[in-house]
Parts: sequence; C-alpha cells; structure tokens
Amino acid sequence: MIRRIPAWLFPRLTGAVAWALAGLVLSLILGISLMAWPHLSWAALVGPEGRASNPLDPRSVHLAPLLVGTAARTFLMSLAVIPMGILTAVYLAEYAPSGSRAAGLLRWLVQVLAGVPSVIFGLFGLGFFVGVVGGGLDRWTGDLASPVWGRPALLWASLTMALMTLPVVVVATEEALRSVSVDLRVAAIALGATRLQVLLRILLPNALPGMATGVILAIGRASGEVVPLLFTGAAVATQGSLALNERFMDLAYQVFVLSTQSPDPQASRPLLLASVWALVFLSLLLNAGAAILRSRATPAAPDRL
Amino acid sequence: MLAQRSSDLGPPRQRQIAFDTVTSEASKNPVCIEIQSLSLWYGPTQALRSVSLIVPERQVTALIGPSGCGKSSLLRCLNRMNDLIPGVRVSGGCRVGGVDVQDPQVDVTQLRRRVGMIFQKSNPFPQSVFDNVAFGLRIGGCSGSELEGRVASALRRAALWDEVRDRLGENALRLSGGQQQRLCIARAGAVEPEVLLMDEPASALDPVSVGRIEDLIRELREDYTILMVTHHMQQAARLSDQTAFLHQGELVEVDRTDRIFSQPRDPRTEDYVTGRFS
Repeated sequence: MIRRIPAWLFPRLTGAVAWALAGLVLSLILGISLMAWPHLSWAALVGPEGRASNPLDPRSVHLAPLLVGTAARTFLMSLAVIPMGILTAVYLAEYAPSGSRAAGLLRWLVQVLAGVPSVIFGLFGLGFFVGVVGGGLDRWTGDLASPVWGRPALLWASLTMALMTLPVVVVATEEALRSVSVDLRVAAIALGATRLQVLLRILLPNALPGMATGVILAIGRASGEVVPLLFTGAAVATQGSLALNERFMDLAYQVFVLSTQSPDPQASRPLLLASVWALVFLSLLLNAGAAILRSRATPAAPDRL
Repeated sequence: MLAQRSSDLGPPRQRQIAFDTVTSEASKNPVCIEIQSLSLWYGPTQALRSVSLIVPERQVTALIGPSGCGKSSLLRCLNRMNDLIPGVRVSGGCRVGGVDVQDPQVDVTQLRRRVGMIFQKSNPFPQSVFDNVAFGLRIGGCSGSELEGRVASALRRAALWDEVRDRLGENALRLSGGQQQRLCIARAGAVEPEVLLMDEPASALDPVSVGRIEDLIRELREDYTILMVTHHMQQAARLSDQTAFLHQGELVEVDRTDRIFSQPRDPRTEDYVTGRFS
C-alpha cells in the first residue's frame, strides 16, 4: 500500500501546506499594514492638539495612551513574573529532590496553570486580587465607602497577567538551567564552588538566553491578551493619569472594544486599524527578539550530518 | 613519619598490615596521600576492593588498568567528587596532607581547593580566558591586582601565557583543544592546590598537544603531587615516578614505574603492561 504512493507526493504535499500557511501570515501582515497605512500619522499617535480622550467620541482617542497603558501593564507584569518564575524554576531544577513527588506535583500544577483558559484567570484576578487583596487593603486602611485598592486597576491586571504567563517563564527557565552542560557544573564543583556559587556563577549566566526567550514569549502572550483585562482593570478611556490603583487604557482591549461595541463604527475605524497595526507590529518585534535570543542560546550548534 | 601519621588515625586496624605490603620504596619524599583499605560501591556494585596506596609528595603517580577497573572512582574519592553520584558508599579511608577526606565534618569545598582535578574532556567555562582562570580565585574572595597577578602566574605555570597573553578577553572556547586543556590545568592550578588529580588528561588530544601536556606535567611535578589516570602505557612509563596497577577494583601492584614495566611481580600486571589483555 505504502509502496504505491509516489515518491514526489509527500515533499510536495508538505511543502504546499507549509508555504500556504506562510503566505497566509504574510498576507495578513501586509493586508493590515496596507489598510492601516493611511491612518498612521502623528495625529493618530498623539491626538489632535492636546484634546483629551472622550469615551463617547472615538475620534478623540489616540494611540499614545494605549501604548503607554500596554507598556505599563506589561512592565509591571514582568516585574512580578520574572522573579517568581525564575525562583520557581531554580527550585524545580536545582533544589527539589529529583524524582520526588512534591516536585512532580509542582511541575504538574505549573502545567495545569498553562492550560487554564484566560477567562478563568480574569475571574480569578477579580475575585482574588481585586476582592481579597485589594478589598483587604481597604479594610486594613479602614475606608470601605470609597475603595482605593478594592477595584479593578493597573496593578491587579498586571498581577493577573503575571500569573497567567508564569508557566511560560518557569518552563523556559527550568529547561535552560537543565541544558547547561554537566561538564561546566562538574568543573565548577571540582574548583571548590558551593552549590549557590555554581548556581549564580555558572548556571544562571549560561541559562540567561533561554530565560530571556521565555520572558519575551511571556510578554508576547500577555501584550496581546484581552480577556483577563475585561475583569481586572482595562478602560475605554481614562483621565490620562497612570496609577497603580486606577484603570488604564490598553491597545488590545481597545481593538476588542472598537471592533465589537463602538458607538460609531465608521468614526472609530481609523483608530481601530492603527491599533491593530500597532499590535501586530509589537508581536512581530517581540518574536524577532525571541528568535535572536534563541539563536544566541545555542552557539555553534553543529549542522545536521 | 608513617608510624606517627597512622597513629593519629585512631586505633590501629588491619590496614596497618596492608600498608607494608603495598608501600613501594619508590620515594624518599614525604607522604602526601595515604589511602587505606578503601572500598567503594555504586549501589550493589563494588568498584573498589580495599585499596591501599601511598602517594609521595611532588611526584607523579600513574594509575593504570583496564577500563572499569576503578581508576577514576579512586581518583574521585580523593576530592569527594563521588558525592555527586547517587548511591555511592565508601568504606575505609584516605588522607590528603593528613586530613581525613571521608570525614563527614570535612569542608568539601575547602578540600576541593586543595585537591584540584583535570578531566579527560577539557571543560572550560564559556567565558573569557581570564575569567576561567580567575574562577577559583574569585570564589575564594580574591580580586583586583592580586587576582590579575595570580591569573597571569597560573597561566605561565601552565605554559599558556605566551599564547594567550593578548587573548585574555577572548572566549575560552575559541582556543584549540590542547590550549583548552592547558587552560583547565591553569584554572585548577590557580588556587594553588597541593594535589592535582588528572583523569586521562591527554587522551582526547592530538599528538602534538599530548606532547605539550606531558612536558607540562613534568614541570608541574615540581610544585604539585600528581595522581594521574592513563590508558597509555608509554605515557605512564614516560611521566610517572610510581605506577599502580588496578584490576577489577583491586590494587594488584604498586611500585617504582621502571620496575612495574620491567619486572612486575604479579603475572596480571605483566600481562597488562605487555599488552596481553586490556
């Protein structure tokens, strides 16, 4: 049966599918760029002459506050997810007794976290960060009538995102730590290095490109994610100030709102296209960064054969 | 000397007798390493069977024997690198410069600074030449101009200085294979250990590099006690003062190198050094 399949079939079939997909991606990027091009201008970025954003008037909303909001929540998320992820991965790779049930359970939980739908993260963020942590803070400071922390805000959205992207950082870091050559570890130990010195001077520096790849992938995933933000703090328009306990504007959220519930679809089209283009460009940029780091992570890999 | 040392090992045990049978008259040098009735198991498998050996200071002692005879296991006992392998059990003892290596109280990181190790496969860190040699010194708290001076002198001792003096900032992985191995020797030597353990240090190198490593070992002999595992009979004959032959975990014979190769006492040694089995 298998012998009857001509030899040319599979190279052509697999090639055709792969190139069709590549064409699709390229035409997506190209199409969005062409459509957005007429609307990309200085005014689209900073808005017409200092007019503040007005939620009822999409024409007054511009890209700058969206970019600032997205950057802020991504930055805060990184501040939380990088140390949490790296510490967890170091424990799993270095200190957890190998083959122990506890380590296996922990690793399994991280995988579970990776599979949880983002809407669940959103609800969890609302219930735990906004309700329990924020509400707790308010109760502690004693002002329940006008909540300062117990409401959707930049900080809670960032922490929710950090939790969501934690598995990406943990898995990449653990992988990177484990792939550091045993020879290097043995060499350092034979020179009298303690376990901590081996970790700090050999393992972490050599795992850095792999870890950075994980962080960039996490940022890439988070920067385009909308759903958790619906519950935890994104807003169509703000007063323009950026505070940890205030709502914030966000690129991906804006795309979602403008494309599904704009009061005036025709008027909001320029901003929508510009936002979509910015989002695609951002993800291209992050992916390129990850690819560059990954190629550095494997220096002088011998070619096949 | 010997009697005094064994007396502070505690109550005299059977290994006292074992000593007399294995001590070679190879050297008048003071004792650096004394291994006494050392047995080692990997799980249920016994890799060393009551090995006793005296290694004199500032000499080269070669460990020869067929693959799997326990040469490397013996080497790794002396700087406790066996600790890294799960399921290892050791009985008997070894002392390096009077310190009981197997003592659970012993600070293994201190021990490993006194007993350096060179591996078969050179394993420089993917960092600069300088940082490689500086590694052991830095973790010992050395810095500044003292660090620079000691790195330079370690490279000189390893006969590498002239080749790398202008490339100290370059990644060590760009050195040639032979240079990398000499860099590893410089790195181990930088912390000024008393002993260098070498596990087939030249077996993965081209003949020219082997020659340079051998010259280097001859020079290092002035400063260090060297215990070297080798598969290469001529190398053992060329380099070592004393040779020990191990077979199936047992130390069959130890003697001055010339005697091991010219008039071995045990027929197994003779078979091995004449190439009748390997």
